[in-house]
Amino acid sequence: METEVRPLDAKVEGRGFYRALVLRRQIILALLTAALCLSVCVDLAIGPARYSLGEVVTALVSPSIVSDQIRVILWDIRMPVALMAIVVGASLSVAGAQMQTILSNPLASPFTLGISAGASFGAALALAFGIVLFPPAIDYVIPINAFVMAMLTSFLIHALSMRRGVTIETIVLLGIAMVFIFNSLMALIQFFASQQAVSAVVFWTMGSLTKATWPKFWITTTVLIVVLPLLTRHGWALTAMRLGDAKAQSMGVNPKRIRLEVLVLVSLLAAIAVAFVGTIGFIGLVGPHIARLLVGEDQRFFLPGAAICGALILSVGSVLSKIIIPGTIIPIGIVTSLVGIPFFLYLILNRRSQPW
Amino acid sequence: MVSLRLEKLSAAYGQTTILENVSTDTLMGGQLVALLGPNAAGKSTLFRRILGHLKGAGTVHLEGHSKDRPICHMPQDTGVSAALSVYEAVLLSRMQGRSLRVADEDLAQVENTLQYIGISALAQRNIADLSGGQRQLVSAAQAIVQEPEILLLDEPTSALDLHRQIDLLRILRNLADEHKILIILAMHDLGHALRFTDQAIVLNKGTVAAAGLTNEILKPQLLRDVYQVEARIEPCQRGRLQIIIDDVA
Repeated sequence: METEVRPLDAKVEGRGFYRALVLRRQIILALLTAALCLSVCVDLAIGPARYSLGEVVTALVSPSIVSDQIRVILWDIRMPVALMAIVVGASLSVAGAQMQTILSNPLASPFTLGISAGASFGAALALAFGIVLFPPAIDYVIPINAFVMAMLTSFLIHALSMRRGVTIETIVLLGIAMVFIFNSLMALIQFFASQQAVSAVVFWTMGSLTKATWPKFWITTTVLIVVLPLLTRHGWALTAMRLGDAKAQSMGVNPKRIRLEVLVLVSLLAAIAVAFVGTIGFIGLVGPHIARLLVGEDQRFFLPGAAICGALILSVGSVLSKIIIPGTIIPIGIVTSLVGIPFFLYLILNRRSQPW
Repeated sequence: MVSLRLEKLSAAYGQTTILENVSTDTLMGGQLVALLGPNAAGKSTLFRRILGHLKGAGTVHLEGHSKDRPICHMPQDTGVSAALSVYEAVLLSRMQGRSLRVADEDLAQVENTLQYIGISALAQRNIADLSGGQRQLVSAAQAIVQEPEILLLDEPTSALDLHRQIDLLRILRNLADEHKILIILAMHDLGHALRFTDQAIVLNKGTVAAAGLTNEILKPQLLRDVYQVEARIEPCQRGRLQIIIDDVA
């Protein structure tokens, strides 16, 4: 047997590096937040009636000194849409970020796991046949149908994933199977539905922020505000999950419990967002990847980073949807898909640049 | 001082029994214990059973510990791909179950551990870019930084070069001696076991084939029965016991 004593109290370099890393991430988050504020102001300024940024800021800071027309247009018409872009973008991006984290799969998102497709199917049932899944709230038939189907989809995935021997790869494949199932059912609905209903279904699935209202904004915001702290609480554990189940377990994390809890929370986030604005693809995929490149995978920065990136992308998308064809608001789901698909291909084809 | 005794531990995956009635004497803090046995003997499963990750019959008697989570585990190496630096990966292990705010004391512990294992130079590297051996050292650091009272290491030297193997085993020997940690090492190198460990538990087909002082139980007959090799155990010129494999049985 051999013994050699080493000093345990030797000072080493490293703290400076770590502190600089933390500071850099804080600065990046601050810059992203500033960019988001600017984007919201531009989003408010652009529309059939254009205002300068100065007028927008004045109307925001002191609504009483601007004209009624500006106040009504900015506060009652454009503000719900601009703010909805933020909370929906943040919700979808956070949902995607955590799905990627707990499933250890770079392609996981509400879109690829079938939650969006489930929501579309629910909405289509209401639009095409007037089928109501939750009769008491008749004013919210379409969002509630979409929400119920989105949650049913995620619970089905949960239930199947609880079976013995089901791996995280299986969960991802189950999600993809869900997408195919719902796409087929949607095609079936469109085959039987009237021409008018088909148009409504198609428009809904394109995703549009013009459906935003203050009550919808507050509901989405409330869910986001409730879910974010619950996810933050698991910050260290979620970061550890990226090192694999065995390593996370060796650090005292219970991966199965965290996976189940987080899957329920992010399904709720995604389902609410999709139910109110329709299918907005690729935010849940692209937002987290950009955040990961900018602030790494420490959840203390990655979680807010993903939220802000998602919000920023959707807010910029909202601006683009209004200026690409002047006088026409292109459904934002089309804009995000057109921007997202090249990025998606880049992710697949340039794996070297990715942490995966 | 912490102590660990296993009493008739069993474990199964579905219908397949992996461990059956594994018992040990009381293992004490300060001991370095080799967990030996051929592939698929049940070494990793025994660790999982001790940690409570697997359920089964039998009892793990744990006494004299002062922490809520006294046992830390270093699993076998698997590739990782997260966007985290080595420094962050070790800090992450330290911070589990703690607040999101990182204290200076935690940073100091990370730095001391990196220095102790001899990987301070890797602190800023991304863990996805490391070699297998470097990953293994980071993994050891992640276990040690938690300041465990009992440390279960699953083949911690399997990917290390000769120099690093000796280095890490000396570090572990020192941790046991100086900090009175009970360290159990699943390993295949019987020479290292003879040189560095006090006690050994030899598993074969899920049961204990032998247990006791390492240099007393590692005998040619045991190696023939468990590993199916013809071997001699002889002292070298410096008096250290060496295992010489002559043939497979």
